Amino acid sequence: MNVLELTALVALISAAAGFLGALTGLGGGVIITPAMVLLLGIDLHYAIGATLVSVIATSSGAAAAYVREGFSNIRIGMFLEIATTVGAVFGAFAAARISASALGVVFGVVLLYSAWLSSRTRGAPPADQPDDPLAVRLRLSGSYPSPQGPKHYKVGGVKTGFSLMFVAGTLSGLLGIGSGAVKVIAMDRAMRLPFKVSTTTSNFMIGVTAAASAGVYLNRGYIDPGLTMPVVLGVLAGSVMGARLLAGARPKALRRVFGLVVAVLAIEMIYSGLTGKL
Amino acid sequence: MGRAPISDQQVDEIIGALLRYGVILSAAVVALGGVWYLIQYGTTVPNYRVFLGEPKEVRSIGAIVGGVAGFQCRGIIQFGLVLLIATPVARVAFSVAAFALQRDNTYVAITLIVLAVLLFSLLIMH
Repeated sequence: MNVLELTALVALISAAAGFLGALTGLGGGVIITPAMVLLLGIDLHYAIGATLVSVIATSSGAAAAYVREGFSNIRIGMFLEIATTVGAVFGAFAAARISASALGVVFGVVLLYSAWLSSRTRGAPPADQPDDPLAVRLRLSGSYPSPQGPKHYKVGGVKTGFSLMFVAGTLSGLLGIGSGAVKVIAMDRAMRLPFKVSTTTSNFMIGVTAAASAGVYLNRGYIDPGLTMPVVLGVLAGSVMGARLLAGARPKALRRVFGLVVAVLAIEMIYSGLTGKL
Repeated sequence: MGRAPISDQQVDEIIGALLRYGVILSAAVVALGGVWYLIQYGTTVPNYRVFLGEPKEVRSIGAIVGGVAGFQCRGIIQFGLVLLIATPVARVAFSVAAFALQRDNTYVAITLIVLAVLLFSLLIMH
């Protein structure tokens, strides 16, 4: 396969991933790395490097829209980014120390977990909860627009949320993914933020978290311009089309199919890692 | 708090615009370098099966900027990717200024910590 053919193939896979990611709201980054490794035989480090950069593109593009709509809580995002960026640098360092096989297994397990999460529907957070004293000190509570006017919410479990964010950052730096799933758990379950706020704030944080590991990746030579170019452009084109096609709607059947694809890739990654094929 | 010279909503709008134009600009640079790269190397056979690591020219920000000055296609793509990576960093840097204008010292400190981690990773870590 020459450069032209490989570029076209990678761009096509990335566009499909970005398209499905935007339609299902799950982010397309998670399936690009396994697809490149398993289908095209690309080394895991190059695949992780390329995907990480594409994650910055989709997150920033989507965040631009969400921030203007007023759903993202910038104070919560900034505060938690301390944990995610430190975690990301830590994870990116760890990635260089861990063998491709072990990395593949960890990747597969995280993918499997994300697939399982995406198959469940999220329960509504309690209408009223006491504010965490730390949240009061940091003025984390906020409001978001609703048809009935601005709705106020309080913030709980700041310490637990912060610790979980460190884990999310580490996974992001280790695997070159956005770790949106872990971020949303930290904000949904621990801090009990409203659904829209946790989703958009998580997305807002992904770009900064990924930028923190990108510096380490760049210096270690994981980011190949020739390979990253079709991934970034493909994912961007795919996710813009996906967002245009279905503004906000998240069809359930499509979510299931996407979850299934992620699960199959996850198992394949774990198998390849365990049998030393990576 | 008295009247802040910049409201939260204005901050949101500026951040939104910053992210949008950052992504558009970097995608354009990457596409430009990409077309050139394909014209120049399209028929060669790449090797991504074995991880060798990238050469020095595309690994540090200083060298990448030098590569753009030397009109190398891989350097131009990499420069576009660095612009993309710099987009969220610029967002954080702007937030420092915005919180400072709002005289919100706690958040100036929080944002400076995040900015320091980012700059450490991008510039100092070699």
